Amino acid sequence: MSAEAFVPAPVAPAVAPSPPKVPASFANPRVDPRWVRWTLTAATLLVVGVLVVIPVVNIFYEALKEGVRVYWDNLVADPDTRHSILLTATVVPIALVANIVFGVAAAWAIARFNFSGRTLLTALIDLPFSVSPVVAGLMFVLIFGLQGYLGPFLREDGYSVMPYLTSLIGLFVLIVLYFLLRPSSPTARRGIWKGPAWLVVPTASVVLFAVSVFIQKRLGLWPQGESLKIIFATPGLVLATSFVTFPFVARELIPIMEAVGADEELAAINLGANGWQMFWHITAPNIKWGLVYGIILCNARAIGEFGAVYVVSGHIAGQTDTMPLRIEKLFQEYNLPGCFAVASVLTLLAIFTLIAKTQLERKMPSVVHEPTGEGGK
Amino acid sequence: MSIKIDKVTKKFGNFFAVDNVSLTVPDGTLLALLGPSGSGKTTLLRIIAGLEVADSGSVIREGEDITLQSARDRKIGFVFQHYALFRHMTVEENIGYGLRVRKRPKALIKERVDELLKLIRLDALGKRYPAQLSGGQRQRVALARALAAEPRVLLLDEPFGALDAKVRQELRVWLRKLHQEIHVTSVFVTHDQEEAFEVADRVVVMNQGRVEQYGTPAEVFERPANPFVMDFLGNVNVFHGRVEQGKAVVAGAELAVTDPHPDAPAAAVYVRPHEVVIQHQQSGNASLSAKVLHVNPAGSRVKVELRATESEQLINAELTSERYEELGLKSGDEVYVSASRVRVFTGDYVI
Repeated sequence: MSAEAFVPAPVAPAVAPSPPKVPASFANPRVDPRWVRWTLTAATLLVVGVLVVIPVVNIFYEALKEGVRVYWDNLVADPDTRHSILLTATVVPIALVANIVFGVAAAWAIARFNFSGRTLLTALIDLPFSVSPVVAGLMFVLIFGLQGYLGPFLREDGYSVMPYLTSLIGLFVLIVLYFLLRPSSPTARRGIWKGPAWLVVPTASVVLFAVSVFIQKRLGLWPQGESLKIIFATPGLVLATSFVTFPFVARELIPIMEAVGADEELAAINLGANGWQMFWHITAPNIKWGLVYGIILCNARAIGEFGAVYVVSGHIAGQTDTMPLRIEKLFQEYNLPGCFAVASVLTLLAIFTLIAKTQLERKMPSVVHEPTGEGGK
Repeated sequence: MSIKIDKVTKKFGNFFAVDNVSLTVPDGTLLALLGPSGSGKTTLLRIIAGLEVADSGSVIREGEDITLQSARDRKIGFVFQHYALFRHMTVEENIGYGLRVRKRPKALIKERVDELLKLIRLDALGKRYPAQLSGGQRQRVALARALAAEPRVLLLDEPFGALDAKVRQELRVWLRKLHQEIHVTSVFVTHDQEEAFEVADRVVVMNQGRVEQYGTPAEVFERPANPFVMDFLGNVNVFHGRVEQGKAVVAGAELAVTDPHPDAPAAAVYVRPHEVVIQHQQSGNASLSAKVLHVNPAGSRVKVELRATESEQLINAELTSERYEELGLKSGDEVYVSASRVRVFTGDYVI
């Protein structure tokens, strides 16, 4: 450090002794020479500054250059921009909910059960990460697009599948509820739970399905002979966004569920909890921070998704342009203030996501690494 | 509530974790499932609790077949090896959970939780979280949680496995006392034979998914059914010899066999260290000459290591300190060894 480090400290009994000084060369043998540390730090700062800080600051500078009033006008005065914000606010929550339900179910299945095809399922969950978003979009165009497999049918009388589709989804929910709410001991089963499941479920399914389809057709709930648009319309955007953000929730939850283990859940069952109670009392609190973390990442990716959405949207201003698509269009139209205004909104969302993510990362280890076995006093 | 296990088999892949086990746990007993790791004792316990499903066989509780009942309807308390306390709930909430999910009134839950907190002597710590407790305290909370729902049977998986020696000793005594007070039929798993003998009324020795022996601690210790049990219950000296006219012939010495045994040309002769008798004089044909290799006088019993002169076999012996002083043993001494108690097993004595 300094020259006096090499001079023995004078012994002065009247004054409180200062802590013994260590020669600089012995201060910390693991530390590299100063010039190495300074060069590396400077290089890092330079890269972060040029690649991250300056561009991000510039977005806000460009957006607010002409004052807050113009900025606000750029955001809300243009009906197409307004619509793009609304569209993103519609598509993202739907994709998010779908992926939460799927993610929790998949993580549960993978972390708690050992079934054949488990490895395949784990690999398939990661597929959207490795497939280019453009290919993902194209995939949907090839299935649902005009020239796709289902295209001609959807164009002619697309809505005719709706009674069947809605009935199937409703039926699925009912069957899940049937098994969730069924008392587990045979003696406590009353009403619809009284008969054997293998008989009750198929019979009731067929009857309910037929009734539901018949009623929907009779009442004419769905338009007839009309084209059901999936590609170049909102359903396509939801499909593409969900596909691309598919892995986030499951990927966050699987390691957490594996680390927490099944013992607490088994203990709850042993103490008399049913599946529903076990999930809400034990599983949900244990995975909650991981779930929130997954949702935040999933949300950020869904809002910013460009490639897959670009392919399926068809760029119809005021109809299928989400925020990232709108930014690109404004840029192509040389409307730079408008472009930067929308971009600044996305950037703000990203910054909030980062902050939330950092906060959560602090919380997560306590969930995963808490000792459950031996412990000292 | 008695528990009867009838021809239960459980396979994991090609591995028989539990292999055709039948067993009865009489009402009110405290039974220990004792065996080395991988012997299937934990799997058997989980099958009784319904946390694992047997491939075949049945579990019968007081005459009622509960094989197909789900774990939540069995009313069998289970204490997990690593406690599995709910980490986001306080001690009170943990203990009351079994009553809460069964929708008992709040006042009743509170009363029962307080009563149990007193029983496990943690009255002051009800508001703490499991992470703030020591290992022994967590173990007691896990026990209280299992007892809160008034189970008819209590199962404990390696209840003291993860604790240090002193706490383990305290909890053993406490569990024994607790069992005398509440008298619920209990089964616990352990790999520690001392623990099994100290706490349990009945001991079941398991190995490779099968029951090797069933009996009271004294029966199992005094009359091991086979070489495995003999060997598992602690340090033992094995000699290879033969049986002739009721005497075990080992390297020329004839030792009196305690339980009558038919003649056999090849037999494994077992002598426990504390049953080895060391003398300075040869007593006829009934002793082997040996040399003292090492004496370890620390502890309540003096451990002596000897080597038989003829067969060069190592022999472990344990003496009382009085006997040790009387003999004045030191390493290098030439002595004669016989046995106060000899057990013989013929057939496959591969250990």
